Amino acid sequence: MIEHSINVTNGLVTLDVTSPTTIWSWLITLNMWAVSLTVGVVLVGAYLSYRHKSKDRPNLRWVVPLISLISLNIFLLSTLTYLHWSYKIINILLYPHWTSAITIGAWVALLYTILITIMVTIGILDAFPNLARHNIFTKIIRRGSRFYEKVSPFAVFLSIPLILHTAIIMAESTAMGLWQAPTELIQVLLGAFIAGSATLIFVSDSWSREAREDLSFVLAISILFSFLIYMGEYLFSFKSAEIEATLKYLHASGEYNVEFWIAMTLGFVTPLFLSISNIKSDNKTLMRFAAILALIGLYLAKDVWLKIPQILPLS
Amino acid sequence: MKLGFLVDLNLCMGCKGCEVACRVENEVPFSSWRLHVKYVDIGTFPDVSRNFTPLRCNHCENAPCERICPVSALHYLDNGIVNIDSSRCIGCAGCVMACPYGAIYMDPQTNTADKCTYCAHRIESGMMPACVVACPVEANIFGDVEDDTSHISLYIMEHQGSVQVRKPEKNTNPKHYYVGGGNQALNPLAHERLERYGLFNDTTHIEHIDTPHNDRLDRFLAPLKSLEKLGDKSFWGMEKSKENIESPKHKKDH
Repeated sequence: MIEHSINVTNGLVTLDVTSPTTIWSWLITLNMWAVSLTVGVVLVGAYLSYRHKSKDRPNLRWVVPLISLISLNIFLLSTLTYLHWSYKIINILLYPHWTSAITIGAWVALLYTILITIMVTIGILDAFPNLARHNIFTKIIRRGSRFYEKVSPFAVFLSIPLILHTAIIMAESTAMGLWQAPTELIQVLLGAFIAGSATLIFVSDSWSREAREDLSFVLAISILFSFLIYMGEYLFSFKSAEIEATLKYLHASGEYNVEFWIAMTLGFVTPLFLSISNIKSDNKTLMRFAAILALIGLYLAKDVWLKIPQILPLS
Repeated sequence: MKLGFLVDLNLCMGCKGCEVACRVENEVPFSSWRLHVKYVDIGTFPDVSRNFTPLRCNHCENAPCERICPVSALHYLDNGIVNIDSSRCIGCAGCVMACPYGAIYMDPQTNTADKCTYCAHRIESGMMPACVVACPVEANIFGDVEDDTSHISLYIMEHQGSVQVRKPEKNTNPKHYYVGGGNQALNPLAHERLERYGLFNDTTHIEHIDTPHNDRLDRFLAPLKSLEKLGDKSFWGMEKSKENIESPKHKKDH
């Protein structure tokens, strides 16, 4: 160690375990991204349903639960694929431990799946009256289509704990100083609004211009606030040596520098300006472009934020 | 009763006897550890000293791993030990994320979380943990911290002012104490790490086993296959048999 003479006040590790690797890998990033999408379309969809008449957003009733169900399945599949013992996930139901946000999330996801499946079934059968019109089951479901309106408020209500549980899991990860509950709670909610509004842009062709303006507005505001939180953490986390050490992975020579700044510039700043400009101009192509960038940016930002605290030595 | 550990770093000479004893006693796979001794060199040549710090699970009173475990695989024993029931573990690695001491690992053979249990199986039989027995200088002191007359309690009282725990700011209330450890020994951010300049650079790693039952697809198909082959009968509420687990394929990275 002679060639690496260091200050007397510093130490040099000469023997330790190897540097930690990322235990929660891209599958968990996909999990968190998918849950943002699952919840986001429902929350933004609920807002649009409340604010606009059904003729202004004709397909919303069946498209929202359908997208939510698809992304919910991506979320569940990525979780199962990650688990080292996938089939043992049943233990969460058999031996639930209620202090764990993972348990809460699993139970909420189970209830949510039931509600969303009901909504998708009713929504699609109502939207396509010729679909299996002579089937006895579809007839029964169509007769009870008002049930949709009774179920949907519960789905909207459940979507809040479903998205927030990911932030609480991060907060319960005591080893990861970067993940602070107050910030993550807001960040995952904003992530849901970004994912929800960006996804609904792709199905908003037949909607009124006012409804699309609202989508642009929600996307712009969510991106702006989320970006401000990331920058706030990046630039002003003066309080903890651990957080500062973690954020060094984003600095110029850091391992995740490129991915983070691609996420911020292409995934946040660019769609922010595109969506702001579209609040007035209603350019559908640009809007779709902004939506794609926002969805990619959200994934990359979540990926970086998930991985950087994991590579900090703990011993 | 609250069992705790104290390591007197003034006595520890870095022989790694405790580490080897732990590895043998608990059959810890290569590249994983329940207990390891960290070396830190301090000073500028020629005035250099080497510090040794044995690191293991801190058996926190407010254990984040216990809190985050969704299936109570990590649980408290009556004597304060944070124990793990690997038959219940689903392998979510939440505990690995939660432990601020990096003391939990995913066992590449069983694909479940594992960690130091203060040799709970030995304590149950009235024996001391393997690392305590192996220490040639009695730097590892183990006992009931709630009993004022125990060796560990007397040692803590005798060295009041120099007894420390790792990362007290995490509010985990660890039951693992150090005497004679400075910031360099206990704070992972207080020193420099030069990759490839450690004492031993060629480390053997074991990848997680890709047995017919553990690659991604087979994890889904597992319940449909013969559970006998899986070596894990916990699904049906039966005792897990470690012998049934297929032997690992050891792979060397270097």
